[in-house]
Amino acid sequence: MADTTADPAPKGRIWDKLTIGQKRVVWAWVFLAIPIVFFVVIRFYPTFWAFWLSLTNWDLMRPARFIGLANYQRLLNDPAFWQVFRNTFAYLIIGTPISLLLSFVIAYYLDRVRFMHGFIRALYFVPFLTTAAAMAWVWRWFYQPVPIGVLNNILASIGLPAQPFLRSIEQGLPSIMVTAIWAGLGFQIIIFMAGLRAIPQTYYEAARIDGLGEWPILRKITLPLLKPTTVFLVVFSSIGFLRIFDQVYNMTTNDPGGPLNTTKPLVLMIYQTAFQSYAMGYAAAQTVVLFTILLIVSLLQLWVLRERK
Amino acid sequence: MRNRFLAGGLAAGISFLTLSSVQAVEIEYWQYVFDSRVKAMDQLIANFQAANPDITVRHQTFPYADYQTRVVAANVAGQGPDVVQLFYGWVDNFVAGGLIQPLDPAVFPHAEIESDFFPIVSAMKRGDDYYGLPTAVRSLALFYNKKIFEENGLDPNDPPDTLEELVAAGKATVKRDGAGNMTSAGLAFGLSAQDHHWWREVLIRQFGGQPYSDDGRTVTYNDEAGIEATAFLMGLESEEKIGEIGFMDEPQAAFRGGLAAMTIDGTFRLGAFRAIEGFEWGVTELPANAEGVRSNYASYFANAIGARAQGEELEAAQKFLQYISSEEAMAVWLEVVGELPARRAAALTETNLADPIYGPFLRALDYSRTTIFVDEIAQRQVALDLEARIKLQNQPVAEAVAEAAQQEQAILDEFYSR
Repeated sequence: MADTTADPAPKGRIWDKLTIGQKRVVWAWVFLAIPIVFFVVIRFYPTFWAFWLSLTNWDLMRPARFIGLANYQRLLNDPAFWQVFRNTFAYLIIGTPISLLLSFVIAYYLDRVRFMHGFIRALYFVPFLTTAAAMAWVWRWFYQPVPIGVLNNILASIGLPAQPFLRSIEQGLPSIMVTAIWAGLGFQIIIFMAGLRAIPQTYYEAARIDGLGEWPILRKITLPLLKPTTVFLVVFSSIGFLRIFDQVYNMTTNDPGGPLNTTKPLVLMIYQTAFQSYAMGYAAAQTVVLFTILLIVSLLQLWVLRERK
Repeated sequence: MRNRFLAGGLAAGISFLTLSSVQAVEIEYWQYVFDSRVKAMDQLIANFQAANPDITVRHQTFPYADYQTRVVAANVAGQGPDVVQLFYGWVDNFVAGGLIQPLDPAVFPHAEIESDFFPIVSAMKRGDDYYGLPTAVRSLALFYNKKIFEENGLDPNDPPDTLEELVAAGKATVKRDGAGNMTSAGLAFGLSAQDHHWWREVLIRQFGGQPYSDDGRTVTYNDEAGIEATAFLMGLESEEKIGEIGFMDEPQAAFRGGLAAMTIDGTFRLGAFRAIEGFEWGVTELPANAEGVRSNYASYFANAIGARAQGEELEAAQKFLQYISSEEAMAVWLEVVGELPARRAAALTETNLADPIYGPFLRALDYSRTTIFVDEIAQRQVALDLEARIKLQNQPVAEAVAEAAQQEQAILDEFYSR
């Protein structure tokens, strides 16, 4: 500051030599620099540090020692890791298509509803606004056995056998996934509806004049034109399911990720390894694996759903 | 001009600092947030400062979930408390991480510790050194709902005294609806609650076994006794049908909701159960086996001296630790927090022993055991997985116990080989 007020000449001369276009570029970079610096410090630096940590045996207490790929070796030989790996993909592979299909169907029909349209849309959106932890506890209560569990009480009242839900090896993961799908539904519906509204009505009118039925219209016009929206939602929802944590942790606090690790996603395992066992190096290795999975899945999806020109 | 002001200010600051360090020592005390514990400690600090005007104690608290991480992280950053509260099961980690220092035997004579405190204080000893002293201890007992007892024709003043009587009382009080769903439990239990301690330190011993070798480095429950104890515990649901794991989510919730005749829980639950208005409840010692053998699991939070305390801060920290583990402090703790005194003299008073609620917990302290956990969360998980394999996968008990023993041994081996 002091420099510019004391001797403005040198800087002024350089600045004056720039064309307006160049000045714009400089200003653009000045503004861009702020988020870039922020991301470098808050995001990139820790990310690269995590890569380094994954090659050490750091346990918070003692200084980190380089141990090469030992953490990754341990990971490959850890049956719990493979169980968690399968769980994570189960959340992704079952959760993403179901949630997208559901939200598309709902958005497609909701788009045609005029009666209380806003209210119904709001109803779908409310879960998205609610804290995941609070929601998880409500669902956890729904899933309890008789006499407090709402679902089991309904089953009992119509004479069906009670279900273990969260306390079952088979039903645990689907029970949690249902809540995650339900929570994300509102957001996906809104995005799909925005996508549907963005398709020009003239296409539909032309199709109807040509005598096309509902199904061909959906297949030939709506779905192809909705593709950018679909791509966005697929990637967004996949990342969400790959990083699922709140629901699982809160619905299974007594035995986090249980029973027998059948509901545990990778993120929960990382959390436990890092902040309960203090095996920071090992946790960093798991993080690197998660990062790689996220990267590959996202790139794969972008490639599969790319624009063919 | 400005510089001269600055220099003057600095000089004043330095002289102020040196002056204050001559006059008073400030030490930091850390514990986790729990309303009544914070209140009790504030009271103790006020008493201590009144008696030692040259020492100031700064009281820092953190949420329980972050507590260990904070202590460790502070140490990494080159800081840390002078006196710190820790769960007895964290000692190995805290010692290995250089977070705490051994107590000076000149200030805390071993003979005195061993004669004045309950035997479970030995869990704070590593090698020849004690690493901390407890203010209060917790033990387990059987809580029972007097109203349910009466409704089912049981004497509300004669709770079960043996395992056999426990099962009988459970059978008399359990209720199911027409479809066979449990609507009220005889005994609310589950290894995710306190029952993994009941299994480890009480049942296994009552069936003639021992959970770990004396040095705590070897798992020894993979034998006839361990299998029988496990079969008994899991049989409470599958054979005797007096309770269901997961009923009302947690045993304490079932008991508090008036939907369980009995549950096993610790002193720390007294506060929550005192809020019960719908029914009267009682406490009795954990049931003995047929031969009259009793056992119990006691645990405690101890206070230790931070590794960084030196010189006059160390002296102040020692004084403070002496005070907060004195009989006077224990009386305050019992009154405010409701936790049992760790010194015999303060605990085994006639009033305390005659107390219908504290009595059973206190009587247990003389035969209580304290498990030496190296990673409490991981070791608890072994017990949870044992339960899940038997209950959900129908794994034979003997196999399940063998697998659990193997898993837990791996945890111990990994720790001791570091």
